[in-house]
Amino acid sequence: MTAHGAANGTADIEFIDVSKHFGAIAAVDHVDFAIARGSFMSFLGPSGCGKTTSLRLIAGFEQPTTGDVRIAGTSMVGVPAYRRPVNMVFQHYALFPHFNVADNIAYGLRQRRPRPDRAEIARQVDATLDLVRLPGFHARRVWELSGGQQQRVALARALINRPTVLLLDEPLAALDRKLRRDMQIELQNLQREVGITFVLVTHDQEEALSMSDTIAIMRDGRVIQIGSPRTLYDAPANRYVAGFVGESNFFPGEVVAADERGATLKTAAGVVLSAPYPPGGATLVGTARGVIAVRPEMVAMWVGPDDPDGAAEFSCRLGGRVHNRIYLGDQTEYSVATDQFGDVLVRAAKASALEIGPGQEVRLGWRQASGLALVDS
Amino acid sequence: MRGYAALIYVFLYAPILLIVVFSFNSGFSASDFKGVSFKWYAKAATNTFVIDAVVNSLIVAASSATLATVFGTMAALALQRVKGWVRTVFDGLIYVAIMVPGIVIGISTLIALVSVFGLLNTALVALIPALAGPEPPLALGFASLIAAHTLFNLALVIVIVRARIAGMDRSLIEASADLYATPWRTFRQVTLPQILPAVLAGFLLGFTFSLDDFVIAFFVAGSKTTLPIFVFSSIRRGVTPEINAIGTVVLAVSLILLFGSQLLLRRGHGRPRRA
Ligand SMILES: Nc1ncnc2c1ncn2[C@@H]1O[C@H](COP(=O)(O)OP(=O)(O)OP(=O)(O)O)[C@@H](O)[C@H]1O
Ligand SMILES: [Mg+2]
Repeated sequence: MTAHGAANGTADIEFIDVSKHFGAIAAVDHVDFAIARGSFMSFLGPSGCGKTTSLRLIAGFEQPTTGDVRIAGTSMVGVPAYRRPVNMVFQHYALFPHFNVADNIAYGLRQRRPRPDRAEIARQVDATLDLVRLPGFHARRVWELSGGQQQRVALARALINRPTVLLLDEPLAALDRKLRRDMQIELQNLQREVGITFVLVTHDQEEALSMSDTIAIMRDGRVIQIGSPRTLYDAPANRYVAGFVGESNFFPGEVVAADERGATLKTAAGVVLSAPYPPGGATLVGTARGVIAVRPEMVAMWVGPDDPDGAAEFSCRLGGRVHNRIYLGDQTEYSVATDQFGDVLVRAAKASALEIGPGQEVRLGWRQASGLALVDS
Repeated sequence: MRGYAALIYVFLYAPILLIVVFSFNSGFSASDFKGVSFKWYAKAATNTFVIDAVVNSLIVAASSATLATVFGTMAALALQRVKGWVRTVFDGLIYVAIMVPGIVIGISTLIALVSVFGLLNTALVALIPALAGPEPPLALGFASLIAAHTLFNLALVIVIVRARIAGMDRSLIEASADLYATPWRTFRQVTLPQILPAVLAGFLLGFTFSLDDFVIAFFVAGSKTTLPIFVFSSIRRGVTPEINAIGTVVLAVSLILLFGSQLLLRRGHGRPRRA
């Protein structure tokens, strides 16, 4: 987590032990990370965890209380926002209501000294409007535009400056689901097209997972884990990350045995479960409590009494009753009430032959290797 | 109940309506209407005392409204940066300044200005000997009228501009800084256009107040005669239709200015927006 890319010249943004306090609140608390040049990075975390503050520290609207913020290897402490080579897309766009679309987009270019000539500005505005697929929108008033169009104008206004880094603070939060999906794809394409480093703030895990090269999971002002979506999914650092990236069943308990590869826990109901640690995960050796996480798609479900093929390998088998069923398109999610663990989530491919409905008695099981033994925090 | 409300309106507006109606009376008496005529307007417009008073009033109104607008806007912008209880106290004090009765403002500004002018005159004469003479450079008259009205108008402008700044989207200023505009250019290109309607409305309200004010002016005018003071002194010789004509013109001008300021304030806020 503290590997600074500046040494080899590939990091666009670095936080070096950065803290930002507002009175007694530590909005950002001893944060360290480096964002690689040309990558798509997301900050993911619940409300109030310090995502916006981190972005504002990069943009220059806030100055760190302690630590150093670097952009392209240069310390930005004390450098005001208007001298930083980054641009931001604001959550509510912050378009200038007294300017039309073209003047909004040209705003950054017009602040340059020497100021580019009119023809050059007009040419770049045209090109940028094409880039965000709003050709011919020059003279429109910004408050006449739809949410998605305003969002594109905000994007164009930032992109025209060819910043080193583009900052996006929940830019899609105000859009409806369908439009959000379209814009996510467009943003990704755009990022590849222009090759600028994108830093996105979101509390939508799907958005972060689908768009980013790297995700930083935040909690209470701290970065809990940084990694690719795959890493975070397959090797979460603890229960919090596993719960934030995708869904999991959590079975907390007392550590009764632990070695270098995995741990065995005894849950409150007295069930003994074992699982390996995720790759590179912390060991539970010497820890009193831990948790075993099992992804819903790793849980097998069948109607008894005969065990299906391969059930012999299951480390855990238990009975339960389906009390809820949700269709998720290509998958179906079941909520199964069990005596030992309460509700257990199960996700099965739709193609699964048996039609199981609410009220059905079922049996559940999973392989020991499908679970992950994690730090319970 | 409805009749009662109607009665109140009659009570409020009947006297004003009478002045307007009788300003067009071709006869002299305020008791019988002899026909429509503009002769009293013509008479007032050629009366050198009236012209003199109107010119004085316009000078005072324009100067005090301009000064108050410039300094009031600056104060409102500065107040925005102040935080916590200091701001609460300042905001409170400004509302109080507007509510203080005119007579109190009149007396207190008179006393304050006399002593301040005394100090300033000594200093001015010491600095620029050419100003020495039988008349001190600052005396009751234009200087005191403009100063007193500026003080009151300042409070008006601050309240109006403050409300507009408070309602303004802070992220616009950050967006401007993010797009490489220096603080000064952000002010000129974003903040000022955003608050301009309120600034102009403040100017118009200040101008109207100064034009109509009698109480404060009466205390600090010295030998100068503003329009309200002229009207007051003429009335002691009886209400003439000429006074009705002047009153009607003042009424019309005030209403136009007030209407204009309301229009500006509404336009500033009522911009159609879509999410
Ligand atoms: N200007 C400020 N003054 C005081 N406290 C602040 C300020 N800005 C942020 N905070 C506090 O810092 C913490 C982190 O805020 P931040 O806006 O970074 O959260 P966030 O992760 O962006 O949340 P959300 O998802 O709700 O936008 C919060 O507790 C917030 O109340
Ligand atoms: Mg936020």
